[in-house]
Amino acid sequence: MKRSKLLMLIGALLLTGLFIWPMWNITLHAPQYPDAIGMDIHIDRFADAKPNDIKNINIMNHYVGMKDIPESIPEFTIFPYVAMGMILLGIVITIVGRPKLYVAWFGLMVVLGSIAMYDFYRWEYEYGHELKENAAIKFTDKKGQPMAYQPPVIGSKMILNFRAVSMPRLGAYAMFLGMALSLLAFFQSKKENDKITAVST
Amino acid sequence: MKIKAFIISIITLSGILLLSGSCGQNGNQTGALKSNMAERSFVAPGELDEFYAFISGGFSGQLAVYGLPSGRLFKVIPVFSVDAEKAYGFNEETKPMLNTSFGFVPWDDAHHPDLSQTNGEIDGRWCFINGNNTPRIARVNLATFETEEIIELPNSAGNHSSSFVTENTEYVVAGTRFSVPVPQRDLPIDEYKGNFKGALSFLKVDPNSGEMSISFQVMMPGFNFDLAHPGRKASHGWMFFSTYNTEEANSLLEVNASQKDKDFIAAINWKKAEELIANGEFETMNSEYAHNIYDESKHMATTIMETSVKILDPTKYPGLVYFLPTPKSPHGCDVDPSGEYIIGSGKLAASLTAHSFTKMLDAIENKKFDGDAYGIPILNYDDVVSGVVQGAGLGPLHTEFDGIGNAYTTFFISSEVVKWKLGTWEVLDRQPTYYSVGHLMIPGGNSQKPFGKYLVAMNKITKDRYLPTGPELTQSAQLFDISGDKMELILDFPTIGEPHYAAGAPADLIKINQKKFYNLEDNKHPYAAKSEKETRVERKGNEVHIYMTTIRSHFAPDNIEGIKVGDKVYFHVTNLEQDYDVPHGIAMIGANTAELLIMPGQTETFTWEPKRVGVWPFYCTDFCSALHQEMQGYVRVSPRGSNVPLKWSLDGE
Repeated sequence: MKRSKLLMLIGALLLTGLFIWPMWNITLHAPQYPDAIGMDIHIDRFADAKPNDIKNINIMNHYVGMKDIPESIPEFTIFPYVAMGMILLGIVITIVGRPKLYVAWFGLMVVLGSIAMYDFYRWEYEYGHELKENAAIKFTDKKGQPMAYQPPVIGSKMILNFRAVSMPRLGAYAMFLGMALSLLAFFQSKKENDKITAVST
Repeated sequence: MKIKAFIISIITLSGILLLSGSCGQNGNQTGALKSNMAERSFVAPGELDEFYAFISGGFSGQLAVYGLPSGRLFKVIPVFSVDAEKAYGFNEETKPMLNTSFGFVPWDDAHHPDLSQTNGEIDGRWCFINGNNTPRIARVNLATFETEEIIELPNSAGNHSSSFVTENTEYVVAGTRFSVPVPQRDLPIDEYKGNFKGALSFLKVDPNSGEMSISFQVMMPGFNFDLAHPGRKASHGWMFFSTYNTEEANSLLEVNASQKDKDFIAAINWKKAEELIANGEFETMNSEYAHNIYDESKHMATTIMETSVKILDPTKYPGLVYFLPTPKSPHGCDVDPSGEYIIGSGKLAASLTAHSFTKMLDAIENKKFDGDAYGIPILNYDDVVSGVVQGAGLGPLHTEFDGIGNAYTTFFISSEVVKWKLGTWEVLDRQPTYYSVGHLMIPGGNSQKPFGKYLVAMNKITKDRYLPTGPELTQSAQLFDISGDKMELILDFPTIGEPHYAAGAPADLIKINQKKFYNLEDNKHPYAAKSEKETRVERKGNEVHIYMTTIRSHFAPDNIEGIKVGDKVYFHVTNLEQDYDVPHGIAMIGANTAELLIMPGQTETFTWEPKRVGVWPFYCTDFCSALHQEMQGYVRVSPRGSNVPLKWSLDGE
């Protein structure tokens, strides 16, 4: 098998990492929580970073009127199909072996990834802004507006006494690597084609 | 003349110089020493101690947990006495822990904690402790720091030479201090001699669960059995008990039990006893005794009344027991880490006696006997003694070891700790204690591997050492740094009750096994409500059972109606929290019991018998959250025979 094809195949198969490892993680740090509490976001579910973490996040957040982190969201039923589709597509593309398709696959991944990130941002926005009317504690920000508790999409942010850190996890890193490999496959195949051209002339 | 004056002035000058020089030196030393002392016992905020110390609460009946070297008190574990703070002995779940054949006994005198061992080293799993008054042995789980089991000892009284653990925690032993008629019967007290017996109980410990059972009792003559220690290495398989009142006096013991020049250390061959038991060579005696076990998954204790015990009569089985003559009513009988020396502390003497295990075996083999007591051979004193620490101090009580060849003994009368060398028997150092030290503790002291860095002296008298608090003063422990040649006093710290005895362990050994909370899923309490959906109120005649939950920051339900005067209301409260250090409490106005303090995932129950019509509040007693003050509820109590229906709700739902 040509090296470019191998790279593309591995790139596509790396997306299976999304089914094994969490994609993202949000961790809350505070002095009262020496063992920080956190939530892993998998392709199909929210999960405790360590046992009971989501329950404890919900207990804390209910004081300011935040809703419980839902058991499931519609995305969790859609995302796995999209990822599986992209894996299959990647395999098909590998078989076809057309370099342009490698780039197309990469491009599609970028588009889908961006949609997913935007969707994640939207969910976080609602989660942090849609507060219950009868919340026990109502804080306002410096402008006098009701305080929002939206965690960052990536990076860290102080929310009251908590430092919220949001970072990709192994599943996402595998996906990024897969995307990089598909791009590499494109350049590799170009190199291989150049060689073939060179030999034929 | 001139020369003379010159010489005198030189001498005077040099004298002044010398004096001032030495003065300065002294001053500096004290200053440096003082600051260094503080440093050595200082554990900075946020940092952790190096050792745990489990110090008996004496007449408080409890076990106190301290950190060393800071001397900070972390927890008082309720063991033999009720504790309203933790509802121990007050809630329905732990009341059975204090059951005995005499009924519910809410207090005892806690004496000698000892830690479980594996291969002769402490393993950090359990702490055993004895109740002296109504003879009992308790086992504390060091993952939860809760009392998990208490077993009563039949045929025993003054359970003092207890609760010492063998090298692999095969047995915990418990000996009788006040011999009694066995079986108990109506008898003139002056018929003591020959009729009174001292039972030495051997409690088998299950290596996995830690559960105890009385394997057998060796029914000894009516002496007073004071303390005990297990053999180790070569002497593993033997247990040594000190005795006094071998005179068998039954009155004015302070005089009449102090007449003989020597009493005994009784050496019990428990391997031999095991063989006898295995071969069915024992008598079975009907005796009633309580066995209380706390089941962690049910969060509940139950009492089983046991009915019989196996008895071994040492006069019938040669080789089971030997007596080692030991001067002057020995208190401590301590076995060094090698297992070779058995140190007898004759409490009315000025010297210490070290018996040799090797010589003891030789004396047994070659029948070097000096008569017998009730048919039990007395070994010839000179043939078992290895050495005597002469002029060590007055009133020796207890010896522990540092693992590098030194021994440390407390002297009650001369109020000091004395360091001496095993083998050469020479005194190396002595330091005063303030005042009248009883026992001492070196972490890992009763094992093959002591951690000879600190020594805790437990004093009987405090007098002027602390700010006065009326006639009753705190009792006190003193911490010595023993890492150098000389012992150095680095800290005084107050203790609860009377610190009789202690056991210590490296923090790392215990820290790693800590339970942080109880898993709600594993809660098998029959009255648990594992979610707010399961909360309800049920009536059975005049008994009302409330299945209640707590979570920050509310009770469910928190409004209850339909309770009537004359009802017996059971509050079964489950703490739904699943996080470290989030207990909730509950207290009800007028309840004739204590609050509950419920750990995450746990269920506890208190009862309330409302006597007055009205609406009565209950609330959370443990500051749990920012809205702790809002964590409260009401119970409506209607008159006897009223028709108010049973109703419960949270936020109207």
